[in-house]
Amino acid sequence: MNNIASMPASPPAEAARLPARHYLNEAHTLRSWFLTTDHKRIALLFLASITVFFLIAGVAALLMRLELLTPEGDLVQAETYNRLFTLHGVLMVWFFLIPSIPTVLGNFAIPMMLGARDLAFPRLNLISWYLFVGGGTLTLYSLIKGGVDTGWTFYTPYSTLYSNSAVLSTVAGVFVSGFSSILTGLNFIVTIHTLRARGLTWFRLPLFIWSMYATSLILVLATPVLAITLLLLAMERFFGFGFFDPRLGGDPLLFQHLFWFYSHPAVYIMILPGMGVVSELVAAFSRRRVFGYKVVAFSSLAIAVYGFLVWGHHMFVAGQSPYAGLVFSALSYLVAIPSAIKVFNWTATLYKGDISLDTPMLYALGFIGLFTIGGLTGLFLAALGLDVHLTDTYFVVAHFHFIMVGGMVMGYLGGIHYWWPKISGRLYTEWMGRFSAITAFVGFNLTFLPQFLAGYLGMPRRYWAYAPEYQVLNVMSTLGASILGVAYAFPLIYLTWSFWKGQVAGPNPWEATGLEWRTPSPPPTHNFETPPRVTGEAYERSHAARGEA
Amino acid sequence: MRPAAKPEAPGLGRSETGAAGQFADLEHERSASLLGMWTFLATEVLFFGGMFTGYIVYRTFYAEAFREAGGHLDLFWGGVNTAVLLVSSAAVAMAVRAAGQGRGKSTAGWFFSAAALGAVFIAIKAHEYTRDYREHLMPLRDLPFRFPGPHADQARLFFNLYFVMTGVHALHLLIGMGLVLVLAALSWRGRFSGGRDAPVEAVGLYWHFVDAVWVFLYPLFYLMGR
Ligand SMILES: [Cu+2]
Repeated sequence: MNNIASMPASPPAEAARLPARHYLNEAHTLRSWFLTTDHKRIALLFLASITVFFLIAGVAALLMRLELLTPEGDLVQAETYNRLFTLHGVLMVWFFLIPSIPTVLGNFAIPMMLGARDLAFPRLNLISWYLFVGGGTLTLYSLIKGGVDTGWTFYTPYSTLYSNSAVLSTVAGVFVSGFSSILTGLNFIVTIHTLRARGLTWFRLPLFIWSMYATSLILVLATPVLAITLLLLAMERFFGFGFFDPRLGGDPLLFQHLFWFYSHPAVYIMILPGMGVVSELVAAFSRRRVFGYKVVAFSSLAIAVYGFLVWGHHMFVAGQSPYAGLVFSALSYLVAIPSAIKVFNWTATLYKGDISLDTPMLYALGFIGLFTIGGLTGLFLAALGLDVHLTDTYFVVAHFHFIMVGGMVMGYLGGIHYWWPKISGRLYTEWMGRFSAITAFVGFNLTFLPQFLAGYLGMPRRYWAYAPEYQVLNVMSTLGASILGVAYAFPLIYLTWSFWKGQVAGPNPWEATGLEWRTPSPPPTHNFETPPRVTGEAYERSHAARGEA
Repeated sequence: MRPAAKPEAPGLGRSETGAAGQFADLEHERSASLLGMWTFLATEVLFFGGMFTGYIVYRTFYAEAFREAGGHLDLFWGGVNTAVLLVSSAAVAMAVRAAGQGRGKSTAGWFFSAAALGAVFIAIKAHEYTRDYREHLMPLRDLPFRFPGPHADQARLFFNLYFVMTGVHALHLLIGMGLVLVLAALSWRGRFSGGRDAPVEAVGLYWHFVDAVWVFLYPLFYLMGR
């Protein structure tokens, strides 16, 4: 057993064969997919749908980058450009980033990591998917109606009084998909509380579970505030209610407070799951327990709690009281502590680890580097004085893309590559995976590092034309975005191919710990033939030899 | 393929204990159902919380106008409605108790009375809304708002908040009535006997929550400034 564990991860023995019956070949009818309550199948339904939204939003981004290749507004009109960045923002935030890791990897892996047969409420899980698709359809319908030009933040009174675009149907789509988020979060919370295997105490849980728990708390407590805010917005636009209309005594700033009370925590919905995945990957590919397990676990909860107290940093220049700004600025700095704890603990885990640079690990290392830059530049923006200069410039754009794309998308792709052998039962071609991971890292940096400079020099965001002196930086950015596009399209091809044709993976190709690796790949519908029992701590290697399933 | 033995849509079904397949037994399933409902109610608190925040902000800004506008609401019917809802909550509590003792017909009876009281509440609310409509206080597109005195615009904010908040509350009550009627029918047929009454308890929690929201709405709108 020991020599197996010290060998680099390699394709399993030739004897590996797919199990005779598993969740994928249980039934083949359309009904068996669209009415399934199996969390693994629902995860695949989500995977397919968010991929579609990702592609549409990605095309919008590519069109914007093409427009910005030259300083003049030549490729599209200003109006169209406004609609493009709104489409990109709305779809990426609500229909890709927020559902990405929770609904795909969380849905697939949480019950198995807990040793459970399914989530606590399987039918609710299916309803959650239908709500998501319903909301997405409404949003795409607005696209057909000509799109929306408010930006993803729907700021009043522009969105309520002036915008001549499909605000109502877009808002309705986001509103509906919010209930999908709430149901998913609720399902995860109850599952983690009630369906842990025997012996799986809270402090033996994989760190992915801790971060999904923290994420679910935010999903459940922040999303309803977005729902009511959008409802009030719709009332205002439709009936002229005046809540946010200064002419009637309403306060547009109230909208911003309510909106960011959701949307700042939502940023953590878009990063905490990625952090959870990276904890798993770092442990699996350096073959060590995560350094300071408990601190990492609690830092997830700390991020979730702090996340509710810092929303005002989006409103430093919006006319908010400077004293409130002072408090929000100080609280925002505090978030750096738990975030830094995570980065330091991952790094400490790598130290003297038996590291293998498989595809998921490359994504994880990319995450750590890019998240660190994204987090540190967040401190610039949390500084009251500096923020006045940087507000609404490309510096902000670069900052949050480092967190959301450099962080979450890297984490998501790392997780997809890590659990893919479990999901499909097969291996993708390793060099293709490594190639994509490295290309994504290079393309990403080329796209967004120049935007820090452009923003610092004063280039404002959300314009379709710009002053000629920024052109070099923008050409670099567009070139980077094209590379990034390739890096995202490639996995789509080879993962799809491997789903049917890849080499059989066997139950535990990474020699990872965790209960999900102790069942066949792909798993049976019931996940485990016998309910597992946990006797050791998380990431303890002695329990994780290959083929123990 | 053995089509006869296989469920069409893969899932777990129920185990010998009567609980859903992912749970060990009914007690386990009950604890999950109740935790799920409590979590959902936490969501609801935040949902209403957004509107209460709006109320607090504008009441602080326009205290005088809100006091005047509050005087235009019907204290008598508002008070009656508060009593009606409190009694309906008592009926739901009795239904939950009866279900726990396995008395399905009695459960159905109490649930039915709760739904009837809910209908009374809605009827009274409709009566109040009609009066507001006639007095031009309702925020409709083609209905000019009329309010005596210098604070008409701010009073309009008060009434808009009043209609949104009581409207969303009434919507919750209607959903509660639907749930309670379904449960009444099911418990009449003995569906919740033998320890399978977790849904009854969960819906009971929901009903009490909707009731509790009204207990906050009533003083904020009707009693203020009197
Ligand atoms: Cu923020």
